[in-house]
Amino acid sequence: MILSEMNLVEKILQGDPGSTAKLISKIEDEPGTDFEEIRILEAKGTSAYTVGITGSSGVGKSSLIARLIEQYRKNNKKVAVLAIDPSSPFTGGAILGDRIRMQMHSLDEGVFIRSMSTRGHLGGLSQAAANTIKVMAAWGADTVIVETVGVGQDEVEIIKVADTILVVLSPGSGDDIQMMKAGILEVGDIFVINKADRPEAENLKGTLESVNPGRKDEGWQPCVIETIALKGSGIEELYEKIEEHRKYTRKKEDDK
Amino acid sequence: MKKIRVLIAKLGLDGHDRGAKVVARALRDSGMEVIYTGIRQTPLQIVNTAIQEDIDCLGLSILSGAHLQLFPKIIDLLEKRSKKPLILAGGIIPSEDTPALESMGIRKVFGPGTTTREIIDFIRNELG
Amino acid sequence: MKIKDKKKHWEDNVLKKVLDKHPERKKDFKNLSKIRIENLYTPADTEGFDYLKDSGFPGDFPFTRGVQPTMYRGRLWTMRQYAGLGDAEESNKRYKYLLNQGQTGLSVAFDLPTQIGYDSGHQLAAGEVGKVGVAIDSLADMELLFNEVPLDKVSTSMTINSPCAILLAMYIAVAEKQDVDISRLAGTTQNDILKEYIARGTYIFPPLPSLRLTTDIIEYTSKYLPRWNPISISGYHIREAGATAVQELAFTLADGLAYVDAVLERNLNPDDFVPRFSFFFAVHNNFFEEVAKFRAARRLWARLMKERFYVQNPKSMMLRFHTQTGGSTLTAQQPDNNIVRVALQAFAAVLGGTQSLHTNSRDEALALPSEDSVKIALRTQQIIAYESGVADTVDPLAGSYYVESLTDQMEKEAMAYIKKIDNLGGMLAAIEKEVIQKEIQNSAYILQQKIENKEETVVGVNRFQDEEAKKSHKLGVDPEIEERQKQRLAELKDTRDNELVEKTLDNIKKTIHNQENLMPAILEAVKAYATIGEICGIMRQELGEYRESVNI
Repeated sequence: MILSEMNLVEKILQGDPGSTAKLISKIEDEPGTDFEEIRILEAKGTSAYTVGITGSSGVGKSSLIARLIEQYRKNNKKVAVLAIDPSSPFTGGAILGDRIRMQMHSLDEGVFIRSMSTRGHLGGLSQAAANTIKVMAAWGADTVIVETVGVGQDEVEIIKVADTILVVLSPGSGDDIQMMKAGILEVGDIFVINKADRPEAENLKGTLESVNPGRKDEGWQPCVIETIALKGSGIEELYEKIEEHRKYTRKKEDDK
Repeated sequence: MKKIRVLIAKLGLDGHDRGAKVVARALRDSGMEVIYTGIRQTPLQIVNTAIQEDIDCLGLSILSGAHLQLFPKIIDLLEKRSKKPLILAGGIIPSEDTPALESMGIRKVFGPGTTTREIIDFIRNELG
Repeated sequence: MKIKDKKKHWEDNVLKKVLDKHPERKKDFKNLSKIRIENLYTPADTEGFDYLKDSGFPGDFPFTRGVQPTMYRGRLWTMRQYAGLGDAEESNKRYKYLLNQGQTGLSVAFDLPTQIGYDSGHQLAAGEVGKVGVAIDSLADMELLFNEVPLDKVSTSMTINSPCAILLAMYIAVAEKQDVDISRLAGTTQNDILKEYIARGTYIFPPLPSLRLTTDIIEYTSKYLPRWNPISISGYHIREAGATAVQELAFTLADGLAYVDAVLERNLNPDDFVPRFSFFFAVHNNFFEEVAKFRAARRLWARLMKERFYVQNPKSMMLRFHTQTGGSTLTAQQPDNNIVRVALQAFAAVLGGTQSLHTNSRDEALALPSEDSVKIALRTQQIIAYESGVADTVDPLAGSYYVESLTDQMEKEAMAYIKKIDNLGGMLAAIEKEVIQKEIQNSAYILQQKIENKEETVVGVNRFQDEEAKKSHKLGVDPEIEERQKQRLAELKDTRDNELVEKTLDNIKKTIHNQENLMPAILEAVKAYATIGEICGIMRQELGEYRESVNI
């Protein structure tokens, strides 16, 4: 028993995607279980920087992630993506289609993408996600991007564990109020207005800035970045901002 | 809670995805998790996805006639990576090609007229 | 008024007695477009109908009864069978054969790598070369394809969309080499990019730049190829993807409106180019729904052109269309049943007033058709044309209370969709928001469920099945084509002037930046023997590539 566990863990630490995937499946099947493998991995001390990306469907999160992956890879960093989509409350099934927009990266050995559904876990999703992030870190991810559709309480809970949270909006999608209701605006460190070439972008920016949302933190002023993921505009700026926040949070950790 | 994870893959350049989407939806409605990666997937993309997503079942959809060239590539790659999902195929696949496909590792070819119920039952039976 | 009352009386007395003992087969009769079908139609159902305003005469606004005054009494519809052979040389032989047989209309199907702008040697082309049509990598292949085919004497229909400008440029280049006056070139290019995002999937670039390309072609042909139909606005693929008849009608016309808008933005007079727009529809099994659809299409397009764009030229209001019997209605089980299906569908298309028609073969559910089956498909049209008598009068179903009522309803429902699309910002916006795709997916799913729970019958599949051995006949595609094409490509790159090619490719880049019409620059590149892959490569770089997202 111990030997096979070690083999799985060893393979994951060597960057084997198959083993990584298998352990994630185990976690998904039993989110509440305290797996030996997870404890071993935790003991190894690998960790990854997490970026949470949330927003309504259709704002372009997946396209944005695909662009960010390019940036991380340009900088020689391995990146993992955990794309979470809601399961049907009626059937328990799910269609996980986020990776369509990221499929150009499926041939890159330095990228690991995993789609996960909420499976009706009540609160269990957070644990499954947290453990999955650990496994991805062990696989070798420098950064783990967690993507959720910011509608349910569960999804908001998951995002809160990220080091940097991006809240993505897009003009004309009419979801601003909804997001405020769900408490999502309060968790953002960086606000992204995607599809910024749309006419209503300026309005949205104005609304956002007047609401002054974001995670309350004396040292970090949440900002608004405009992007056009399909064209690649604003991506470098966004990447820089994320890295800036990363440095900031690391500094805060060190200062503690 | 365990779920059956299925990858529905549109292989090759053919863009006819009506069937793939209908099947994906039916599988979802029967409680499975379906990863759909859109059109124009190459064998390597499909296999890498299959591995990262740790799928139980792979559904290949192709209507362009390139199945005899493309399916072996997938089977080969899966074998090399020791991944053995249940492999099903559908689309436009002439019946005389079925024996060849089944002998190379496609568990079943579902032709036109197949009901989604048949596919769901088949998957559940095979995967237990 | 009186008839309505009398009908009620009849229902309460005569009909009720029967229904009490023998109820009807269904509680509610609805067609797949969710239109309720009454037990019978009477003049009461066409009460508000104004013959002169709503039907009129063939060849006259609103063209409900047909776009030509004589229709089939003057000339039968064109029997244009779509066909594709993998190799340029094979296709060339076929064209010469057909020309010898007296056919003057050629139809070119291209393979998927060509349709998606990849050369035969590209990684993604593996296994696909020459499969669904002919592989064209460069002008050299096009020259083989039309070798000794006098382009001034034929009409060629090319089913090509995203790289349409390139294939059209090649066609023009071949004509120039034949010393043919290009203003005499006749034919059609499908060139309908919007439906690619909705239903067919052979897009390359994102919607906006693609629309610009489409418009470049329309503009260019209106100047230099006046006999050319630059666009075939297609509902066929939308229907085959799962749309209902009403959706097919609505989305096709909405696409048409988007194209007219696009060209208007170039400050062109719609009367200068809309007359050469043509349409392409499917025809499925519900006989009367299809006839009504075609009639409604003509009336609705005419009204939209008049009311939205104030066109003056009656030709701008005429919806001319080609029809193909619905491939998705063919069954693999009991394939001979398909002969009957196709016959009924063709019949509906003829009664609907189509300008040209393709009939599917019985064995096309699983493979390319055999020669025998293709012959039956053609004979089907000939029997309708010469033996059934329906071509002897124009729009014979006009006046049927059912057909007129249904025509009205379909026009209304389609118009409701078009208004919704207007509110979304037009068809382009609706596509980008994926609203159209979702509607189609829903319809497809609903139909599948109805078939599975037997609410809809498919004879031989979910009812009246046979335990029969599947007949096999697969038409093979030469496996050597891919290798031959790759070799040809290598030879081409050795023998052409590669510096010139680079220059022309660079010029394409500049033209894109200058936002000028791309046709001339593409024509230059094509003549220098740049390959489709090279030209599309530059364009992919500059215009971007489209990637779908999933919203099942």
